[in-house]
Amino acid sequence: MTTRIVVVAAGLSTPSSTRQLADRLTADAVSMLRERGADVEVQVFELRDLAHDITNHLLMGFAPPKLQAALDAVAAADGLIAVTPIFTTSYSGLFKSFIDVIDPQALTGLPVLLGATGGTPRHSLAIDYAIRPLFTYLHAVPVTTGVFAATSDWGDGDGDGVRSLPDRVARAAGEFADLVGRTDRSGLVNDPFALDRPVGHLLGGLAGE
Amino acid sequence: MQFGIFTVSDITQDPTTGHTPSEAERIRATLTIAKHAEEVGLDVFALGEHHNPPFWSSSPTTTLAAIAGATSTLQLSTATTLITTNDPVKLAEDYAMLQHVSDGRADLMLGRGNTGPVYPWFGKDIRQGLPIAMESYELLRRLWREDVVDWEGKFRTPLQGFTSTPRPLDGVPPFVWHGSIRTPEIAEQAASYGDGFFANHIFWPAYHTQRMVQLYRQRFEHHGHGTAAQAIVGLGGQVFMRKNSQDAVDEFRPYFDNAPVYGHGPSLEEFTQQTPLTVGSPQQVIDRTLGYRDYVGDYQRQLWLIDHAGLPLKTVLEQLDLLGEEVVPVLRREFAKNRPAEVPDAPTHASLVRATYGDAAPRQAVPNANRGDNLTVGSPYQDAAPAAPTGSAFGLAATRGGAR
Repeated sequence: MTTRIVVVAAGLSTPSSTRQLADRLTADAVSMLRERGADVEVQVFELRDLAHDITNHLLMGFAPPKLQAALDAVAAADGLIAVTPIFTTSYSGLFKSFIDVIDPQALTGLPVLLGATGGTPRHSLAIDYAIRPLFTYLHAVPVTTGVFAATSDWGDGDGDGVRSLPDRVARAAGEFADLVGRTDRSGLVNDPFALDRPVGHLLGGLAGE
Repeated sequence: MQFGIFTVSDITQDPTTGHTPSEAERIRATLTIAKHAEEVGLDVFALGEHHNPPFWSSSPTTTLAAIAGATSTLQLSTATTLITTNDPVKLAEDYAMLQHVSDGRADLMLGRGNTGPVYPWFGKDIRQGLPIAMESYELLRRLWREDVVDWEGKFRTPLQGFTSTPRPLDGVPPFVWHGSIRTPEIAEQAASYGDGFFANHIFWPAYHTQRMVQLYRQRFEHHGHGTAAQAIVGLGGQVFMRKNSQDAVDEFRPYFDNAPVYGHGPSLEEFTQQTPLTVGSPQQVIDRTLGYRDYVGDYQRQLWLIDHAGLPLKTVLEQLDLLGEEVVPVLRREFAKNRPAEVPDAPTHASLVRATYGDAAPRQAVPNANRGDNLTVGSPYQDAAPAAPTGSAFGLAATRGGAR
């Protein structure tokens, strides 16, 4: 069975350090999953490419085809790697808008690896104060270690004595791979329109089927 | 197959002139539009229901009754009637009345509404929207089918010995469509009763419609109302036409760009590609509409939205002319081709009367003189078999029974 990993990166510039962090998290997670014998498939979505579609979805209530493909991929994933820049104390507006157009049930039970980028390490707790509650509200399962990469982390990390970015990436990816390795979520995706499932519950028991 | 128009009753500024019609102007215009729909040979006019500005249609049966008085063949329907926030008792009365004053030209489409605060304004809880829709419709059906109803439910006060008057015309309730965009429960509701299912279809990609109609058809068959191909399907559509395709695009673009529903969002080109909105020549509308059959099967009713987004009355009447002269005659011919014999037409009052009574005379409800005793002696109508006393051996009921 294929393990489906979906990566969502909300960086706005090209190339972006957000995408770079997402790629590092993905590379470590994938290699750890493959070490365990998993057949891994990765899909990466840069929200910049979907920004107009996301706005149109907010205005119209439906997803244009390209965005729908991303939403379907997220809903059917075994694991999500979500990385956003921190803007004004929290996830970027584009990132939140994307989360807002996901079906509220679609992330239930989904292992999530959280990453964030920012100019200085002062913003690093935004992962735990702002991003983590968003995913727990949606009944996703964010792994304990989130990875924040400040600009200086792409060098020596200001020599602040904490573990280096590659160490933190490896630790988070390991936790994520543990969780993803135990899920068979992509095999369980529920389609409310599937005709082969019992539908007696559709009328909430009121119609007596 | 039936062709017609539906309106959401929005009052919108014309972005090309800055003119916003008054409520009175739009209401008068709607009567003109409905009359013209009949004049150009369309079959159906359906009216929405809203309870907040800038919409005017709070009381659809009043408007439809006025249209009934000004027309003679037009089928009158709704798009939609709120089964959630209206009292099903009043709905039973209002739509039976409309049947009578329109001489059987009324049906209705039920929906749950799209404006959250309407629920609290009418004393309902939006979180219970779906269960309310289920319970209220079940009661509505009984009120039309049983002369005297005892009922108890969760979402309105109980009824004891209630008779909804007038009884449905010829003893046959109006045909009911259930409208929904993407709620599978509503497709299931329509299928379980063998009612019609109307897919809004506009403002949304075709795959929503396709999945909903497919589910409805399969469940219609499952519930034993006929084959999937015999299920009763209606579709919305949205068009703007000029003889020359580019003229249509140029003229409609400012209305599209500023419309409350999709303005300032996707481009006209994106939207026409992603939804059934068709802006172009009559031939383009014909081709697009015939294509609907590819993903919903042979269907019974096609309604177009043509009067929204601030389009002036004159333009709307021109759209009706094009529909009546160039589009619908071709569609009638083309949809009839290769249509399997088993696919029924949309039910009408006449067809429902025939299905109910065959060649026999339909029921004409004649009430008994008022004795105030519905509670204890069964039907208050003369043609009903006298009900046996309900068995009360004491109290008021026993006294009344003994006095007969």
